[in-house]
Order: sequence, then structure tokens, then C-alpha cells
Amino acid sequence: MGVKNRMSGNEAVAHAIRQINPDVMPAFPITPSTEIPQFVSNMIANGEVDTEFIPVESEHSAMSAAMGSEAAGARTITATSSCGLALMWEVLYVAASSRLPLTMTVVNRGLTGPLNINAEHSDSMGARDSGWLQIYAENNQEVYDNLLQAYRIAEHKDVLLPIMICQDGFITSHAVENIELEEDEPIKAFVGKYEPEHYLLKAGETMAMGPYATSPYCMEAKRAQAQAMMNAKKVILDVAEEYAAITGRKYGFFEEYRLKDAAFALVAIGSACGTIKDAVDDLRKHGVKAGLLKVRVFRPFPGEEMARALSHVKAVAIMDRCESYSCNGGPLGSELMAAMYRNKNKAEAINIVYGLSGRDITVNDVKDVFERLKTIAQEGVKDTQYTYLGLRE
Amino acid sequence: MNELIEIRWHGRGGQGAKTAALLLADVAFKIGKHVQGFPEYGPERMGAPITAYDRISDNQIRVHSNIYEPNFVVVVDETLLHSVDVTKGIKQGGAILINTERKSEELMPYLNGYKGRVYTINAREVCMKTLGKYFPNTPMLAAIVKITGMMDTEQFLNEMENSLKHKFAKKPEVLDGNMKALKLALEEVH
Repeated sequence: MGVKNRMSGNEAVAHAIRQINPDVMPAFPITPSTEIPQFVSNMIANGEVDTEFIPVESEHSAMSAAMGSEAAGARTITATSSCGLALMWEVLYVAASSRLPLTMTVVNRGLTGPLNINAEHSDSMGARDSGWLQIYAENNQEVYDNLLQAYRIAEHKDVLLPIMICQDGFITSHAVENIELEEDEPIKAFVGKYEPEHYLLKAGETMAMGPYATSPYCMEAKRAQAQAMMNAKKVILDVAEEYAAITGRKYGFFEEYRLKDAAFALVAIGSACGTIKDAVDDLRKHGVKAGLLKVRVFRPFPGEEMARALSHVKAVAIMDRCESYSCNGGPLGSELMAAMYRNKNKAEAINIVYGLSGRDITVNDVKDVFERLKTIAQEGVKDTQYTYLGLRE
Repeated sequence: MNELIEIRWHGRGGQGAKTAALLLADVAFKIGKHVQGFPEYGPERMGAPITAYDRISDNQIRVHSNIYEPNFVVVVDETLLHSVDVTKGIKQGGAILINTERKSEELMPYLNGYKGRVYTINAREVCMKTLGKYFPNTPMLAAIVKITGMMDTEQFLNEMENSLKHKFAKKPEVLDGNMKALKLALEEVH
């Protein structure tokens, strides 16, 4: 049974870290995730956790140190945002291919430039093909719940992949909202002790970490890594079910909000989903069959499942808080449309880029999108490949 | 109380408008409300105009946008009246609270034709009489609680005393000054 409290998204992350009590946290500060290593440092100073904090000189070093400690056999966490994540790039791939189940809490902020500190998904979306699991949150509650489930997913023997737990910079990271926190004991029992099968400091077992793989072996290693990502689907659902049994809060790959009988749907990730839910409720009062599919898990990408959940809608707008510069839409738009095509969905679909660099999205903005969907359902898509929402002209 | 109260704070970086917004969310939470308190971040620096927001409701709050049509606006620094359109979007029946030494009539020319209720408080005077230092967010917090009527002022003072006692366990003199500032502010808002 949860205890009612109120805190920001970053505080919620810190609270989850306190309950997990990871062995090692290497981190380098960057807005808007800076508070997380600050809070953890305080908790260490106060003796609330016995985590070893490593103050490193860059994010490249943070991820390298995280890899090293995880490889040694220690449960490891780090935190970053934006350009900090970009500086980790090289090592992200090494961590994933080395099958190290470390956790990174990402406070999403746009990549430069122009230089900006606000919410956007370009940082973690840029790392979408790095082999990390990715789970996104609508609010402080969800980022707390997702982080508590992270190690159970990542460390599962069928997975063994690193995981990013993402939330929107400032919009949730710095907003104080109501939250239900769980008691320490049931959470500690749920998270469990980290007992890796193979690790560098294991007595009596020698192993190599990150060796060169020749062409006759390298492709098989990558295929095995892809298999782990596929295996993660079942593990994510199993862990969510177990978590729901303790907390009463249920999670899946995505949330279907008034979607079952919807004629018009938005698909989105993160904090905007709360705003979209308010718009959906308003529109429903006026007889518009609006609905939302909120993406929680982006890696592995539940394309088939999402396409099926959208199979009955007449028109759908896929919302990306990220520009991919591909001329083919944002990452969610491109991937989901491909999945809908394979599933032979009949819906008219458009892709909309919104909220870049913290550009606000309001209930009225969302209602405008639903208005467009009503027209598109009747007249078909006349737009270009993808469009921008709220762009000043 | 209305189903949802939305408040917009205008201040300058370093004056504690963000802290005041978060404190208000905190005290509203303690009386069982659903709350949301958040700052709008630009290039943060001391003295630059900043905005912070509160939503307070009996129901769950899901919307994550800024507030464009607030029920109440709090202006922590009256010099902002010259550069920021502080009355923009205030809802019918809403009100604005301004920290100033002047009377509300004198401020009307700066309020862009705003016709609604205007409250003023001389937060500097309240602070100097009670704290001996200028921390405008403490009196502004008390004043906005009174104006919104979101809770009984006695209940507000009790909640604040409890949380300040906890926060300043080792500095009882700070608790005393802050409580006096809150009480005086409740009287001095007009």
C-alpha cells in the first residue's frame, strides 16, 4: 500500500535510488538531471545508502566507469541529459554489446543546437539504436515506478541489457506533484539482490570483457543481442505484473486511454500524454470519440501490439517530441507507420513534430490535432510527410 | 473551493518566486489537495524575470502545460509591471496580488486595462518588521493563501508552523520570525 507524498520527478528518482541502494553511481552533472547525483550524494553523506559515488570528469567517463563497475559485478546506476548522453555515445554501444544490465536515468532535454535546456526527446531518441532498453514516463509517479522495475528487467538472464528510464526535463523533473511511494521493505524484496552469473571479480572464473570479435563471430553476437531485446518483451510484462501485485499500479508496453472505442487517436510519449488525456475527456463530453495510445516502452519497440491496438481507429496522429532530419518524420512516426503497414491497418495516419526545446503543448493544441483527424478521416491525408505543431510563421 | 485553482507567479531570479510556488503546493498537499508546482525555466540568472505556476485541485491533475488563464497572479517584484504583461489571461472573477508600497489605484495604469480585483501587500515592510531581512516569498505566500481562500488561515498557520519547525529544528529564532511574518502578512494584505 502506497504512502501519499508530493515531490518532483527528480526527487522521485532519488527516492527510488535510495530504495534500490545500488552499489555504484558514477555521474557527471548536466541540467536538468543534475539534482539526481546531488540528492544521491546527500543520501550517501547521511548514511541512507552505501552506494559508492564516483565523481568523474565527463559523461564519457561516467559511462565508462559505469561499464567497469557493472562488469566487475556491482549494480550500477548513472544519470544524464542531452549533450551528456551524446558524450556517452561510443560507450553506450559497448555497454549494450557487453550485455551489462546497468541503469541510466535520463532526464530528457534537446540536443544542442540552438543551445537550450528544455524538454525534448532528441537525446534518448538519438540513442534508440544503441541496444539499450528504453522506458518513458508521463509523470513523477511513473518514473518512480519504472525505475523500481528497471533492474528486474535488465538483469533478467534472458535479457542482460542496459536500460534507460526516461522522463521529460523540467516538465516532470522539476514539477512537484502528488505521488504514492511504496514502503522500503516490499520494494527491497521486489528489486532483490544482484547476483550476476558471470563477472570480472568472480573468484575462480577468468573472463574477457569487450574483446575483439572476428567476422565469423561478430554477426552472431549482434544477433544474440537482438534476441535479448526480443526476450525483454515478456520480461517487461512479467515484471510489471509482479509490480502491480505489490503496488496496484499496472503497466504494459503502452497505455490505452479511452482507445477501445475511439475513432480518432493520438500516439505520444511522456508528459504531453497527461495534457492529451484532458483534451480527450473534453472532446468525449462533446461526443467526439477521441482516444490516446501512450507509449511507455520504446525499446523493444512494441510495433505489432500498437498497430493492433490502433486497428479500429479511423485516423491517428503520431506525435514526436523530436526532429530526426530524415525528411520522413520523427522516430515514433516512422517506426509506428511501418508497423501499421505490416499489420494492414486501415487508419489514415499523420506524423506531427511538437514541443521541441520545451515548446509548450496545451489542451487546445491537442484539440486542434483531433479536429484535423476528423477532416483527414473523411478526406484522406493531404499533408506532407509530417508537419509541425505550434510553429510560429 | 473551485474544482481547480491556477496561479501564476511573476518574480525575478533569486527572489524566491519558484520557492514560494513550491511552498504553496506543499501546504496545499498537506490539507489533502492534488497539487502541481513548477517553474518555467529560461536562461536562469539573478534578476531576470521568471515565472512559476501552481495548480491546486480536489481531483488528480494530469495537464502538463503552462498556465495561460490563471485564477490568480502573484507579482513578487513590482518593477516587472513595466516589462511583463502580468494581468494577461486572468480569469473572470480572478485577482492579482502585487508586492508594493503603493496603493492599488496608483498601479492601475500599469495593468493594461485590467478591471478585476487588485490586492497589494508591502512585503518589504512585513519582512523588516518581523525577519529583519527581505525575503518576500514568505509574506507573499500568506497573502495568496488568504486571497484564494483555499484554506482556513488558522489551518495554514498550523501547517506552516509544523513544516518550519521541522525545517529549522536547530534555529528556533528563524521559526519565530517566519511565523510573525506570515501572521502580519495575513493582516497587511489589502
